[in-house]
Amino acid sequence: MTTAVLRAEAIVAGYEPDLPILNGASFEVRDREIVALLGPNGAGKSTLIKAIAGLVPISSGVVTLAGEEITRLPAHVLIRRGLGFVPQTENVFTTMSIDDNLKLAAAVLEKPRRGPRIAAMYAMFPALAARRHLAAGRLSGGQRQMLAIARALLVEPKVLMLDEPSAGLSPKVAAEVFENLLKIRASGVAIALVEQSVRAALSIADRAYILAEGRNRHEGAAADLCDDPVIARLYLGGDPTAARANP
Amino acid sequence: MLDVVAYGAFFLTTALSYALICLGLNLQWGQTGLFNVGVAGFVAIGAYASAMLTTPAGGNHFGGYGLPIAVGWIGAIIASGLAAAVIGAITLRLRADYLAITTFGIAIVIQLVALNAQAITGGPFGIGFIPRPFASLAEYALGFDLANLAVVALVTLAVFRALERLVRSPWGRVLRAIREDETAALSLGKNANRFRLQAFVLGSAIMGLAGAVQGHFIGFIAPENYLSAITFQTWAMLIIGGSGNNRGAVLGALVVWGLWSASGAAMTTIFPPEQQARAAALQIVAIGVVMSLILLLRPRGILGEEMTVSRHLDGET
Amino acid sequence: MSLQFIADGLLIGAMVGLGAIGVTLTYSILGFANFVHGEFIAWGAYACLVIAGLIGLAVGADIAPLGPFSIGWTILVAAVIAMAFTGGLALALDWLLFARLRKHGNAIVLVMASFGASMALRSLLEFLFTSEPAYFSRDIQIAIPLGLGIRVTPDQMLMLGLTAVLVTAMHLLITRTAIGRAMRAVSENPALARVAGIDVAGVIRKTWLIGGALACAAGIVAGITVQIRPFMGFDLLLPMFAAAILGGIGSVPGAVVGGLIVGLAESCAVQFVGAEYRAAVAFLLLIAVLLVKPAGLFGRGDA
Repeated sequence: MTTAVLRAEAIVAGYEPDLPILNGASFEVRDREIVALLGPNGAGKSTLIKAIAGLVPISSGVVTLAGEEITRLPAHVLIRRGLGFVPQTENVFTTMSIDDNLKLAAAVLEKPRRGPRIAAMYAMFPALAARRHLAAGRLSGGQRQMLAIARALLVEPKVLMLDEPSAGLSPKVAAEVFENLLKIRASGVAIALVEQSVRAALSIADRAYILAEGRNRHEGAAADLCDDPVIARLYLGGDPTAARANP
Repeated sequence: MLDVVAYGAFFLTTALSYALICLGLNLQWGQTGLFNVGVAGFVAIGAYASAMLTTPAGGNHFGGYGLPIAVGWIGAIIASGLAAAVIGAITLRLRADYLAITTFGIAIVIQLVALNAQAITGGPFGIGFIPRPFASLAEYALGFDLANLAVVALVTLAVFRALERLVRSPWGRVLRAIREDETAALSLGKNANRFRLQAFVLGSAIMGLAGAVQGHFIGFIAPENYLSAITFQTWAMLIIGGSGNNRGAVLGALVVWGLWSASGAAMTTIFPPEQQARAAALQIVAIGVVMSLILLLRPRGILGEEMTVSRHLDGET
Repeated sequence: MSLQFIADGLLIGAMVGLGAIGVTLTYSILGFANFVHGEFIAWGAYACLVIAGLIGLAVGADIAPLGPFSIGWTILVAAVIAMAFTGGLALALDWLLFARLRKHGNAIVLVMASFGASMALRSLLEFLFTSEPAYFSRDIQIAIPLGLGIRVTPDQMLMLGLTAVLVTAMHLLITRTAIGRAMRAVSENPALARVAGIDVAGVIRKTWLIGGALACAAGIVAGITVQIRPFMGFDLLLPMFAAAILGGIGSVPGAVVGGLIVGLAESCAVQFVGAEYRAAVAFLLLIAVLLVKPAGLFGRGDA
């Protein structure tokens, strides 16, 4: 069994200490894996990765990254440890240019690596390179998502967590995003993504967890979950054969 | 012995007039969450309005209709209320700190007008000969002081009781709902800004009344009475006494005015006469430090915030 | 018609603009209108005066003014030290008061605390130095005619020049440096800034330092061209707020342009209406902006 790059165990977290949204949720991401976090609205999927990213207070539970505990580290330290996070909304600095967004991200690295890494992002996302002096607020939804991912990817994280990367995007653009995620995995980055769009998530994920009401309900290989009609009806809100037939 | 009583009456009269201002401020801040940094301006409007209405003719200023004191005080309420209505209509829909900046500016402009529009306000010389209540008693100094105290105390008590009833009324509940969570209040179908405006106008009207009361007590007003020091003092009084609480407003006024007078007396003994202005500055530093400490350590002030029970729930008719 | 008001307006605009940059930065990054900023101006001016005096004492000899200006090298050296001091004062105040209130207050409590603290700081100055005006130099300067009815003193030209340099430096800092990008990021979206690796607490500290130093510079400009007195900062508060809001909260160019507009409007009012209502001009501009376009000239519109 490959070791977990990121592991979250029994996380209890919420914005108010006495009103937890998560009631002991767990998951892990292994090396070169894409893991999907699924479940109905309000399940706490987004809260879980936000808590790991340091944006929601954790009351109890343990998070480890590459074997080291990172449970309550401040967000700006986590990225230096190799944990990247792409929020769902407001995930780029709209008043700054693409170039400034990337330079900002690169500030975390040592000086010699900055230039090459920015160039690498432009090479991976030519659409961004073509518009590098444009304010991020003027980008289309898909371009913004690309920038948001590039911003997190620039520092070569070990794990990349994404919160509903396809939200608000047309199916074609969302498909491009998911293709990029496959490329990112191929380059050696483990990925955890929260998704509402079950079919798309299961089409690229290796394993998936299903959460509801702040707890784990089920987990398994993506292919198995696709085929299980009970799971589909209970948690994934749809016909599983349709999910697999129309990726 | 009589001197002490006279001084006590004088002290209480002044403290209670400040308490009146604080009550108006509490309605705006404690109940509605509005940060009014222009208190001095609304107090000035009330004072000048009443002075213009009640002073005898022939003064070097606008007005001088020699009307009865009660008319003057009603005029003060209306004038300050109107000014608040205009300012509130413009700024209440903006974010809270823009209201702070704007009211701050209003007070400066009002003081400027009072200082420079000499034909209207008497300029730097102010307005004198403001009729005192019970002026006929003027020769009996002690009786005069006590009568004045009675008047101010009655007015303050009346306003206090009226505000206490308002706080427990449905109107008061809506105000607090808006203060705590505007989106929830809006969902109830209440137009939040209309209620805020009402609280703002009423609070400012009370401040105007206080200005008139002070003016008639001293008999003389001048622009330099209405600098930002008044705003600062009344805010300190409310925060120290306990914002959100009418009793706190009154207590804060008494406590801070007491500290002010006591430290002022200490300053006269410690510092020579030429240094009195510098000593007064030190008093303000002390009040500012205490106010900051309260905000840091006990934000609810001495009496803290009331857990107001609605009238209908606790059995009162 | 004399165009002197242009020169006067530029000078006022320089003072207001320098202060407004600090106001707009702390407003956008820290999220509250800081009434203490006026006191940084006054404390900065007095600090420069005192430090210059101390240096002069240490050196012993009489300090001759440099060239056609009324100030000697001691004031220039003192200015640098005073700017650092005022930046430190701002940091100290944040540590003592604002940082703690930020943890469990809402923004309006911060404004309230800043109002109280500003009163205390101003009165402390009054206690230490009395309310009598002080001056960097008692030399009377001859104004030089520039044509079109405009006359400026060498001091005024120096101050305008130094302000231009400072403002340009600030603009470059904000747009071209890493700290500038970090400040812009925190001002737009602190949570995303954290996720991107920015130490927001560090950015906040640097914002106070920069804001305090700029306020000190504004105070020194006012002190050299007009006078030093405890209320000098308070009198600039309303114009600075008006300038920052007019320019758009968070925009350094906006604060400068706003400052120039406020300055020119004030000097116009003085020339054509009279000096008494000068302070009302800033207020009218403020109301106009809030009524027409609250986001300001270069504002983001998310105010």
